[in-house]
Amino acid sequence: MNAQATAPGGALDNPGVPILEMRGITKRFPGVVANDHVDFDVRAGEVHTLFGENGAGKSTLMRVLYGLYHPDEGEIWIGGQRVTIHSPAAAIHHGIGMIHQHFMLVDTLTVAENVALGTRSARGPLTGLDVVSARIRQLSEAYGLRVDPQAFVWQLSVGERQRVEIIKALYRDVAVLVLDEPTAVLTPQEVEDLFTVLRRMARNGRALVFISHKVREVLELSDRITVLRNGRVVGTLPAAKATRARLVEMMVGHQVATEEPPPRGTTGEPTLLVRDLHVRSDRGTEAVRGVSFDVRAGELVGIAGVAGNGQRELAEAIAGLRTPVAGSITVGGIELGGRGPAAARAAGLGYVPEERMRDGVVTEFSVADNLLLVDYRSRAYARFGFLRRGAIRRHCQELVDAFNVKTPSLETPARNLSGGNIQKLIMARELSAHPRVLLVAQPTRGIDVSASLYIHQRLIAQREDGTAILIISEDLDEIMTLSDRILVMYEGTIIGAADPRTTSREEIGMMMAGVHPGTPSAATQPSAVAGASPI
Amino acid sequence: MSQFFTAAVLTSTVAAGIALATPFLLAALGETLGQRSGVINLGVDGIMLLAAFATYYVALRTDDVLLAILAGMGTGLLMGVVTAAVSVTLKAEQGISGIGVYLFGLGFSDLLFQKLVGTPLPITTPPQVGIPLLDQIPVLGGMFFDQSPLVYLAFLLVPVVAFVLNHTTYGLKIRAAGENPAAADSLGVSVARIRWSTVLLGCTFAGLAGASLLLYDGIFQVNLTQSEGFIAVALVYFGAWRPSGVMAGSLLYGLVGAIILTWKSLGIIPLSGSDLAATAPAVITVLALLFVARRFRQPAALGKPYEREA
Repeated sequence: MNAQATAPGGALDNPGVPILEMRGITKRFPGVVANDHVDFDVRAGEVHTLFGENGAGKSTLMRVLYGLYHPDEGEIWIGGQRVTIHSPAAAIHHGIGMIHQHFMLVDTLTVAENVALGTRSARGPLTGLDVVSARIRQLSEAYGLRVDPQAFVWQLSVGERQRVEIIKALYRDVAVLVLDEPTAVLTPQEVEDLFTVLRRMARNGRALVFISHKVREVLELSDRITVLRNGRVVGTLPAAKATRARLVEMMVGHQVATEEPPPRGTTGEPTLLVRDLHVRSDRGTEAVRGVSFDVRAGELVGIAGVAGNGQRELAEAIAGLRTPVAGSITVGGIELGGRGPAAARAAGLGYVPEERMRDGVVTEFSVADNLLLVDYRSRAYARFGFLRRGAIRRHCQELVDAFNVKTPSLETPARNLSGGNIQKLIMARELSAHPRVLLVAQPTRGIDVSASLYIHQRLIAQREDGTAILIISEDLDEIMTLSDRILVMYEGTIIGAADPRTTSREEIGMMMAGVHPGTPSAATQPSAVAGASPI
Repeated sequence: MSQFFTAAVLTSTVAAGIALATPFLLAALGETLGQRSGVINLGVDGIMLLAAFATYYVALRTDDVLLAILAGMGTGLLMGVVTAAVSVTLKAEQGISGIGVYLFGLGFSDLLFQKLVGTPLPITTPPQVGIPLLDQIPVLGGMFFDQSPLVYLAFLLVPVVAFVLNHTTYGLKIRAAGENPAAADSLGVSVARIRWSTVLLGCTFAGLAGASLLLYDGIFQVNLTQSEGFIAVALVYFGAWRPSGVMAGSLLYGLVGAIILTWKSLGIIPLSGSDLAATAPAVITVLALLFVARRFRQPAALGKPYEREA
């Protein structure tokens, strides 16, 4: 064992004593208390998870710890000393490291330069990258984090980038490492490898704070779990005493029925046909490279894959927002490729976009106006170019009621709604047009549990009504639960198809990592595959 | 045309080209520092004008060239404080605030000139200094090694700036601040401090550029720079944010300018076409820019004030 990779600051001496304590942290933003007298502590050698829904205050608490927010009340104690943390520089000085949800790496710099940035150099004013690289190799060795110090970050895969983030923390010899939703962009195998590294870091006496809303991962990795809801601590419990149901109940505040996979429906004619589709990304590279598939009426097809493998471009091409380079898209026999969003809608496509705040609603418009965005030209709501406010009101009220959108009024601007309610609003709008094909990107990302369940139920009901539904999601559990058929995207192609009832998470994870289904090594030597793309 | 291709004419043309390139090079090197950290300064030309006037005025009063150059640099530094306060601390829209600084420099240097000087008198310009031994090399010695000291300084700064950017911790912080300020911030690097420092340095360089231009001409006049500061900004793009590229662009611009001047004096270009010919350096630079700069990416955070997301 590398001597420098062991306990920093002698934290191992008192394994039961917290090395970091946050007491009564309160952070208010206009109109909302993000943290309400939160107590939180973490001990050397443990993984303490902060669990809760989006908006429960997990990230806020950690941003306070890292000096990015200044708390309105409360104290932070490190190693028995009260400290004030005004900036990330102060947090780093106190031995705190943080891996942010969005990687904090400079693409145009090398790995070694990213690691060295902001640290004291062994060579005075010079960067001394040779010294840095040597240390990176040492740490890579000790923790099994393979990465080339000379590589530029833009050349690295997502998994490799995360390794660089971990090496940054190890290089700074942090005593406390905060990981904010670190698994969101990883394949299941990469998650396993990450957890192995994190456990090793904990064994070496570091204190880890793991932020997550994925129950499966929380139960697997944590020693202790603190649940936050609406900015308050609901409770802290040892992982040994936690169960899935108990955690979800604490997170949501009431019991939640576990989601059963819906019975498979009968399917009809192929309604959405995609043939040899090629689409370019914003950068001009080919992001979708020859994709073909069908979705039948009454069928729900899920597209799985790690973010950035062409899913966004595929969705935008189908929705008419991006002109394909080649290939064909038809809805109900009508060719759409390159004819724009109006043609797609006219052919019967409904589209719930991934960036719901940017592409799904006009945030400054009222709930009613947002509901009308698609239908504003219809006879029922406009005559001679004038909107018929009375008819619109009735129609919108029906939709808001039917889809359980929680809004103070129809005149409330959409930006004031929660993510879940905005998604329900968009669903209401899209489904009210009775689409033949429904394309939903990231149906429940960042949405609370109850709203997610509701949206899933709606999608299933819509499928039962005979709509052809295509879901694109980075949440593998969601894909596995809802889909009749799964397609896995990897580097712009569909690398394989799977039946969720007969395929395991691991098999799909392999495909997400680029291993073709049926490759012998994939079945017999999973470790070799994990080695090809380890975290 | 044949009279152009004589050793004497070629030597003096290249020497003049290098001297003409110097103010561009100094200003563009300073702009490079700022842009690599994420700050566009469009006020360079105004800063050069103010610095040129300060240099002129001090030289006129004291007859001390070194003091005059320092006055030019000091003026640049002072304008750097203004620029950094507006662009970095107050997070203004950099394109707009830079034009404000330019207009201020254009007008205020003229005003000071009218009020403080009135009748323009030429100043004594510093002599050219030959570098021992090197200036004895036939032809090349006369082209490169018989120049004003500021010319040597400007070209010496090219490897210095490149080294600082690429091999020092300060340079690493500059590049990080220009590419991903949030990442730099998360590692405890003060983006504001880095950007302040590069803007101050860059504006001091611009001041030096104004001083060198003034000392080359030997006398101040309204709009002395004729927008050279804007060309310097363009040369940063031309040079793909690299000191060596910026040097190549400055030399191209200076040499084309010198060739036009020589051709005019030799009668190769008729008098009637001289105004048109004067646009040649700009036209050639823009054309070259079209071919060169598209292949390189600008610093990702260029022109974007940094704010921690709320």
